[in-house]
Amino acid sequence: MTIATARHNRRWGTAAACAGALLLAGCGSSGQSASPASSPSPSAVSTADVSTAAVPSAGSSSAGSSSVESGVTIADTWVKATAGTENTSMTAAFGVLTNSTGQDLTIVSASNDVTDRTELHEMAMVDGAMVMRPVAGGIPIPANGTTTLAPGGLHVMIMDAKTPIAPGDDVQVTLTLSDGSTVLFEATAKEFAGANESYNGGSSAAMDTKTTSMDVGSSPAQSGCDDAGTEVTSTDG
Amino acid sequence: MGESSDQAPRRYSRRRLLLTGAAAAAGGAATVAIGGGVALAQGRQDAAPPALVDTATADTTPADTAPADTTVGVEGDGVAAGTIGSATVPFHGQHQAGITTPAQAFAAFCAFDLRKGVGAVRLAKLLRLLSDDIERITSGRPALGDTAPELAAAPARVSVTIGFGPALFDRVGMPGARPAGFADLPAFPEIDKLEDRYGGGDLLLQICADDPITVAHTQRMLLKDTRAFAAMRWVQRGFLRARGSGSEGSTPRNLMGQVDGTVNPTLDADVDRLVWHPGPGWFTGGTMMVLRRIRMDLNAWDALDRSGMEAAIGRRLSNGAPLTGTEEHDEPDLTATDATGLLAIADFAHLRLARGIGPPLQIRRRPYNYDDSPGSDGDSDVGQVFCSFQADIANQFVPMQQRLAAGDLMNAWLTPIGSAVFAIPPGCQPGGFIGEGLLT
Repeated sequence: MTIATARHNRRWGTAAACAGALLLAGCGSSGQSASPASSPSPSAVSTADVSTAAVPSAGSSSAGSSSVESGVTIADTWVKATAGTENTSMTAAFGVLTNSTGQDLTIVSASNDVTDRTELHEMAMVDGAMVMRPVAGGIPIPANGTTTLAPGGLHVMIMDAKTPIAPGDDVQVTLTLSDGSTVLFEATAKEFAGANESYNGGSSAAMDTKTTSMDVGSSPAQSGCDDAGTEVTSTDG
Repeated sequence: MGESSDQAPRRYSRRRLLLTGAAAAAGGAATVAIGGGVALAQGRQDAAPPALVDTATADTTPADTAPADTTVGVEGDGVAAGTIGSATVPFHGQHQAGITTPAQAFAAFCAFDLRKGVGAVRLAKLLRLLSDDIERITSGRPALGDTAPELAAAPARVSVTIGFGPALFDRVGMPGARPAGFADLPAFPEIDKLEDRYGGGDLLLQICADDPITVAHTQRMLLKDTRAFAAMRWVQRGFLRARGSGSEGSTPRNLMGQVDGTVNPTLDADVDRLVWHPGPGWFTGGTMMVLRRIRMDLNAWDALDRSGMEAAIGRRLSNGAPLTGTEEHDEPDLTATDATGLLAIADFAHLRLARGIGPPLQIRRRPYNYDDSPGSDGDSDVGQVFCSFQADIANQFVPMQQRLAAGDLMNAWLTPIGSAVFAIPPGCQPGGFIGEGLLT
């Protein structure tokens, strides 16, 4: 359930650069970096990529320097299922980001393939209650470090969903980083009782200021996506 | 989580209200987030987000670092490497784990019925979720979304084995994919007193581990991911001696005191022939499970003297040796007679009837004991969750069970009260999921 990480640099994409960068990425992810060695589980395929070595974007270290860059990867991704819950219009995606580069990076924006609105959120204490709100300045991923997106903490908020997300469904999320690269991942929906975020839009990035609640009932989410077995419903014995 | 007395400070009460309100008011105007709730309970007052930005390994996820060997040591969680708690059983492989795996001390068998509308597509989604959970849990890592990840730190050789009931193939519109020879058992009217609450099911999860907390937590996590797709039908729990209590690798005893399970295929060639389905097709490398809940009437059994007990089984209680031998694994002499001219191993003895005549068609037995609460009369409610694996139920299990039903003296004290069969798909490799051969 997690998946691939693709890092694209929109400007420098020659075939030669690709090949070289892939090689470098391979070295980096096989343990050379000081970061927690994510031995690639099937769910965290480090396909990091393309032309990182040639990224001149945000200044600082880049091609030709001695540090091996393998970009940012994400593992352990999942999204809270909303089918059967009180508020099916929003949910959140989680995972563990690893920055294998020598420079601090920031997630500056995100998008997803099921809704038109995605925000980067943090949890904060407002008037004695924890609420979530857009995180000012994006979500940092320290050089050679990790950032965990988890219920109750930083997360990628998927908003304005028109249909419920059922357990087992996949949502594709794209994160855009401060160096212009992107990280694409797939998150499988899981039933989860928590992450009942109260949304306070009035913090940093100032959306609307009303507070809305994303809540779930305690009953199991039953969604009725039909397929081959639709007509057969009885149980034997 | 016991509540304090009414001396509790008001501040605390307000917090408690905030916390419990979120759960109780399911959908009310609660403005509390669960994560925030935790922070509140800890008295966290600052406005800083509980951000989890770390330059070291994230503490919530010892993930992705599990070595491929047979033990894991999870630092900081009190489970030292090389202990019973740290041992792991690989999830990936040609066959599923929990079949030829030496029996773990504790088990929970969980059966479900697919919910209305869950067909092949949704079943595949469920099996992907479960396979991901199992891969993580069996390597000592928490499942995604585990709110008590510390409980996953002691894998204790946990294995989870997934099975499909006979009706599942119809429900997902694939009746032709049901393996040949796989069907509900015929009735055994001489002995059966089956109860619905212990029988049938579309989907099985067999959870085994050497630690009962690991079993419980694994069950909790897997049920959470299953319930949207399938309704709970029954759970049967079982146990053997705790790991380290008996000698490693010895044949377990059942709650009647008998050494139970002496004859079990162990050689690779025998296992290949008797346990794994030869194929062809998606079921190649799978096997079939028979699960029978067998109640023991210990009151009546207690009325027998020791020699009567031994005659009924055909083995000695002391070490499980056949009555014609001295050691457990001595080959029984089925023709030997005693001083009175009667067969030393009687024609009603369990051992003789289980063997049958002709080429042996053994089954892989993997039984557990159960011990439920006695009734008001104080009589024990104990027995066995009999579990066996065989390549072909119709050829291996059924003829043996028919012989036993017709003549086993043990039937006087044993009553089958539950019965179910499951087709156990082959294993999967990294990136795959259990059941992929059927559903993709």
